[in-house]
Amino acid sequence: MSTEGQLHRAPVLEVHNLSASYNRKPVLWDIDFRLEGGQIAGIVGPNGSGKTTLLRNIMGLMEADSGYVKLFGGDLKDVREKVSYVPQRESVDWDFPVSVREVVEMGRFRSRNLMRRLKAQDQDLVDQALEKVGMLEYAQRQISQLSGGQQQRVFLARALAQNADLYLMDEPFVGVDAATEDAILGVLSALRNQGKTVVIVHHDLQTAYQYFDSMILLNTRLVAYGPKEKVFTKETLQEAYGGRLTVLSKLSEVIAQSEFPVRERGFKENTGSGDGGA
Amino acid sequence: MEELSIWWTDSSLWLVAAGTFLLSVSAAVVGSFTFLQKRSLVGDAVAHSILPGLALAFLISGTKDPWWLLLGALISGWLSLMVMDYLSRRTKLSQDTAIASVLSVFFGLGILLLTYIQNQASGHQSGLDQFMFGQAAAMSKQDLWVYMGLSMLLIAISILFYKEFKLISFNPDFAVSIGLPVRLLRILQNSLMVLAIALGIQAVGVVLMAALLITPSAAARSYTDRLRSMILIASLIAGVSALIGTAISFSAPGMPTGPWIVMGLSVIALISLFLAPNKGILSRVLLQRRNQRKISDENVLKAFYHFGERQGTLAKWMELEDLNKVREFRLEELQAALKRLLRKGHLLRQGGRYQFSRAGLDEARRIVRLHRLWEMYLTTRLRLKSDHIHPIAETMEHIITPEIEAQLLEDLDYPEKDPHQSPIPYQS
Repeated sequence: MSTEGQLHRAPVLEVHNLSASYNRKPVLWDIDFRLEGGQIAGIVGPNGSGKTTLLRNIMGLMEADSGYVKLFGGDLKDVREKVSYVPQRESVDWDFPVSVREVVEMGRFRSRNLMRRLKAQDQDLVDQALEKVGMLEYAQRQISQLSGGQQQRVFLARALAQNADLYLMDEPFVGVDAATEDAILGVLSALRNQGKTVVIVHHDLQTAYQYFDSMILLNTRLVAYGPKEKVFTKETLQEAYGGRLTVLSKLSEVIAQSEFPVRERGFKENTGSGDGGA
Repeated sequence: MEELSIWWTDSSLWLVAAGTFLLSVSAAVVGSFTFLQKRSLVGDAVAHSILPGLALAFLISGTKDPWWLLLGALISGWLSLMVMDYLSRRTKLSQDTAIASVLSVFFGLGILLLTYIQNQASGHQSGLDQFMFGQAAAMSKQDLWVYMGLSMLLIAISILFYKEFKLISFNPDFAVSIGLPVRLLRILQNSLMVLAIALGIQAVGVVLMAALLITPSAAARSYTDRLRSMILIASLIAGVSALIGTAISFSAPGMPTGPWIVMGLSVIALISLFLAPNKGILSRVLLQRRNQRKISDENVLKAFYHFGERQGTLAKWMELEDLNKVREFRLEELQAALKRLLRKGHLLRQGGRYQFSRAGLDEARRIVRLHRLWEMYLTTRLRLKSDHIHPIAETMEHIITPEIEAQLLEDLDYPEKDPHQSPIPYQS
């Protein structure tokens, strides 16, 4: 009954009955799953299936309509430094006047070192992270001079510099060259070997089976989750990729247009022991 | 000359110069982040929206005390920011519509209030219209010290939070994800912007304030790819323009400072956009011209080579008419290229006839080799038909770098002939 034992048993990531909207339109319906640590997991689904919305909800970048997320058995704000987020590459302006190194340094920013310069140890971690993704020699380049793949590696290096236990990445394989794909996969399996957990939003079915140990198959609702062998069946794939549920998407439209709340007042769950979804 | 001596001796003048200098530099420093966050128009709207705040502060307090005026400016500046934010988030209005409506409504209100004040028979009113275009010389000594102190405070805070401001400008989502107090930092940054604008209008006035906020960074961006040096250069540009504006406004009495500072800024910005090394328009035009010359030089060498190849010997004096049998050249283009090739030592001349020098022959071989290698690559790797590849290879031969050539050679395993069965020349 020791706390340590409890922590050990708590899943790295638990999403409980999560519903969320994007621009008032519901895109996630009652998502419910738990993820054990030490693996590479993919959040897989067709375009518009709510993958990015799910990731942003896990990272607290959006407010859910209902449900909650637990990380390492607790609230995100208590485990921030154990969690690293890699946003989509296109989400930032690559013409911004900073160097590769300056971007990776951002991985060492903390609210603890607000207004302060980074320490030498931080700089060492930045060097190591750059080396791991093969970008150390580009450290002084301005970020607009990089290829798409190199930009993705810079984002990966920033995440590595954070030295976290759980990595959440949004489409890191989009538009990258073969060299970058290999670099990313190498880094990911190194992380798994250290017992860390990686969760990747990914839209491409062709490569998903090869990249991931387990999968969360999504199409606005949770279609299946678990080890990839279990998830990757003809029926589940058909269900996820074989078109939307027309009634559900029609209802979403109505909600978006008529300003109805997705959940009635007072329904919102904030805590709970979570019965999981075994 | 007499004017100059007044300049040097008048100490209040130095104070005013230092004041406008600091006001402008602080606006440039704070404005760098506004510029990078692509919020230039927001800055402009806030500047205009400050006017009613200033007028109301004057009406309520009955003085031109800087603290009252700044308080009024801060309140109406923040109010305008919140209204813009509310309109673009909660209504169907697009952001630019929200900005434009807030700007015109607030500014209109400000003009109304200003007119009301001026129609009142009060002795104080005379100074208020300086807020439209700025009149640094009209500031009292005490006011100047307040403004200078606050400007330095703004600069100090920007330096203190440099690291965080950089992050929330570049990637705010990431900043939220690592638990930085992004909301507070945003509020701080907005307050700095509003305050910098409130201070800056003392120098340039409401109407031209956006120029002081944005133009220095826009000009500085064309010199550098680093945020730190961009801010430094922007400060320098703003400071120099401020001094120019003050000097002119002092030497011609009644001349407003603002327009002259902004003129100075605009001239520097225009020069920067045209003349900045690498990124300026001029250097890009020059680069294009260099490329064009390289292309025509290489084409002439290649034509000589092809002719020699047909004749069976490359060590031969060749006429200009011979060239035209291989490829059509415009006469002036040909003459200019020949001149350059002679100067580079790639060709030798005797009478009207030309021959390769050793260096020139190597260069010609390199060009022909690149052309034929690329044709080879296109047919074997891209599987293009051999009658489609010539035009593509024609441009690529001028662009392929030695590294790419080495890769091509390795990839194709040093082929002897190209797809048209012409030999690929290697160095002899």
